[in-house]
Amino acid sequence: MTTTLTPPPSPLEAMTPEQIESFGEEMDAIRQRLLADRGERDATYIRRMIRAQRRLEAGGRALLWAGVFPPAWLAGTAALSLSKILDNMEIGHNVMHGQYEWMNDPKLSGEQFEWDTACPADQWRHSHNYMHHTHTNIVGKDRDIGYGILRMSEEQPWKPYYLGNPLWAALLATFFQYGVALHDLEVEQPLGDEAERAEKRKLAKGIWEKVRRQALKDYVLFPALSGPLFVFPLAGNATANLARNLWAFTIIFCGHFPEGTHEFSEEETEDETRGQWYHRQVLGSANLSGGPLFHILSGNLSFQIEHHLFPDLPAHRYAEISVEVQEACERYGVPYNVGPLHRQFGSVVAKIFRLALPEQRPSVSLGLAGAGGAAARLGGIAKRAALRAIPGR
Amino acid sequence: MSPKLASPGRRLLDAFAGPHGIDGYLEQVDPLLVSDQCRAEVTAVERGTEQSVTLTLRPNRAWQGFRAGQFVQVAVEVDGALHQRCYSPASPEGRPELEITVKRHPEGLVSNYLVDRARPGAVLGLSAAEGDFQLPRPWPPSILLVGGGSGITPLMAILRTLFAQGYDRPVALLHYAPDPARAIYRAELERLAARHPSFRLLRSYTRAPGAGELDGHFSPRHLPQSEPRFAEAETFACGPPSLLNAVRETWAEGLEQRLHVESFVPPTLAPAGEPGEGAIRFAGSGVEVANSGASLLEQAEAAGVPAKFGCRMGICHTCTCRKLTGTHTNLITGETSSEPDEEIQLCVSAALGDLSLAL
Repeated sequence: MTTTLTPPPSPLEAMTPEQIESFGEEMDAIRQRLLADRGERDATYIRRMIRAQRRLEAGGRALLWAGVFPPAWLAGTAALSLSKILDNMEIGHNVMHGQYEWMNDPKLSGEQFEWDTACPADQWRHSHNYMHHTHTNIVGKDRDIGYGILRMSEEQPWKPYYLGNPLWAALLATFFQYGVALHDLEVEQPLGDEAERAEKRKLAKGIWEKVRRQALKDYVLFPALSGPLFVFPLAGNATANLARNLWAFTIIFCGHFPEGTHEFSEEETEDETRGQWYHRQVLGSANLSGGPLFHILSGNLSFQIEHHLFPDLPAHRYAEISVEVQEACERYGVPYNVGPLHRQFGSVVAKIFRLALPEQRPSVSLGLAGAGGAAARLGGIAKRAALRAIPGR
Repeated sequence: MSPKLASPGRRLLDAFAGPHGIDGYLEQVDPLLVSDQCRAEVTAVERGTEQSVTLTLRPNRAWQGFRAGQFVQVAVEVDGALHQRCYSPASPEGRPELEITVKRHPEGLVSNYLVDRARPGAVLGLSAAEGDFQLPRPWPPSILLVGGGSGITPLMAILRTLFAQGYDRPVALLHYAPDPARAIYRAELERLAARHPSFRLLRSYTRAPGAGELDGHFSPRHLPQSEPRFAEAETFACGPPSLLNAVRETWAEGLEQRLHVESFVPPTLAPAGEPGEGAIRFAGSGVEVANSGASLLEQAEAAGVPAKFGCRMGICHTCTCRKLTGTHTNLITGETSSEPDEEIQLCVSAALGDLSLAL
């Protein structure tokens, strides 16, 4: 190993502090403009989505009641899958971010909304809105990096368990709603003191209650309505849950793991300014290109970059502001990662396989990192010291 | 809202319809079908004067009625957002329909919207009826009503209820308005006075001297003409603060128990103070502290009021809490709002003057 090799500069340090703050001010200006423009159009949009979801669900369940007829089963399963996808992504996820709180409608309050999936909404709001959105892509703080069971970053030290990375990923995708439900419980962490255990018992109870209610509805009550033909709605409901799981997993894993997104260390993100926070959100997120229907079904998480910059602004507006955001990123030289689903997801799958194996020893792995991998495996402090040694920086 | 204990049938329906509940589907058919929220459809709109509108409302089955004199909070959607305002129904007790009259306030978001744009078929939110300002049971032997501006509305409910139910003891109304054209319910009051000899109607038009039975703003000298034994009458006064202050002074010496007042202040006119002025009231915890000007989250923590929080930078909405009254400013954007009953983010909001939180 040669000591003359310098790690690639951290993307966080690609701009001067003044540039970063000016970038942040531009982002704040976009936010301000959208806030001032928020109104009836947004209220109408979310109500239309809710209306579509409730109709798809009612229609889907009615068709599945008569699911013994194959066309009814297929149409019913498709409608219910779409209903669950809309409910979870464009409605639930976004409403629970507080995107529609300004409407003062208790049914659209971020704090009260409950969604059609196994994860209790209040636990989601903690693990997602706070933990993930505040600490995006900070290894050790953002548990969305691998959901506690996958290795999605070189910064996570390899262990033999990760040989199963592709298998664990396939299982997580299949049972995604339960993976999300268990998220806040941090089951992979060692149990702490009695207070912590009591807290976890409380969380587990909440999860069990929600899982039970969801399962009762999809696997007992609605099938029971079909009497001896219960197996058709049962299979339809299970298929709809599976379809939603696979879709949500695909979209969500394309948000932060495609090639070119960055992870960060706790050290390098300490005492962040607002401008630095904005900068990190762009560096750690990736967009998906596609048509209007694709964006709706992804809950506009296809605009992951805009979502992470402005998590509490109505998501259907991300498309229109993405033009300005992208333009600003170009001007400041901030990489704006966007690509079609097959390409972004392809690179996520490649990463899942690649990270199943340990990296080579440092002399080689630095070369790998230089080829566009994430930040080098040196700690943030060492990295900063190295950067200071480069003349002109 | 009407808190109800769910019946087993209802619970089964909700288990089928979870997590949104059966109401989440019923309201897609008809917004009035919900049973967990009180809502009302506007069935008639009458623009009595240019400055006011009278709405007839048909509440859904969650409505549990009101006592004459009480008020309800009406939620009106303006540009996508619901705004709550208090209105006193003017209709008599015990009718299936409610009547509210809304007077335009020059800068009032909701009053302007309703006066200009309310239409039959619109759906409004309703709270349960509130307020101690109500006709006592049994009815008092004589009644004096003092009303100014839109403060006439709860007094109309009282008058209409009394006459609908055959009250024949002395009733007097001192009614203050700028001029006859702006006197809400003028025609109906004249009809009532003509029909019921026990009812004395005395009007004072403050900007049209000579047009009414009295002149000028309220003063004790208006009283002997209306109810010689006013000291014995149960008195109900409703109107702007200036009127109520004058009334309170007159009823000061030992007569306070006979006086019931209801203040009508347009909420948008609630004065905003400066950062660091006034007091923060945590209504849910019963704690009040002097406003230090810091973020409301920091002030809650300093006062020992348990507040949820997350990012502390206005992103995650963990600390979102209902502001009941007062003016707040967003520490990041500098925007201010005096809207009552509003969800705000404590970590990036500070109070301008007195402010009360549900926390």
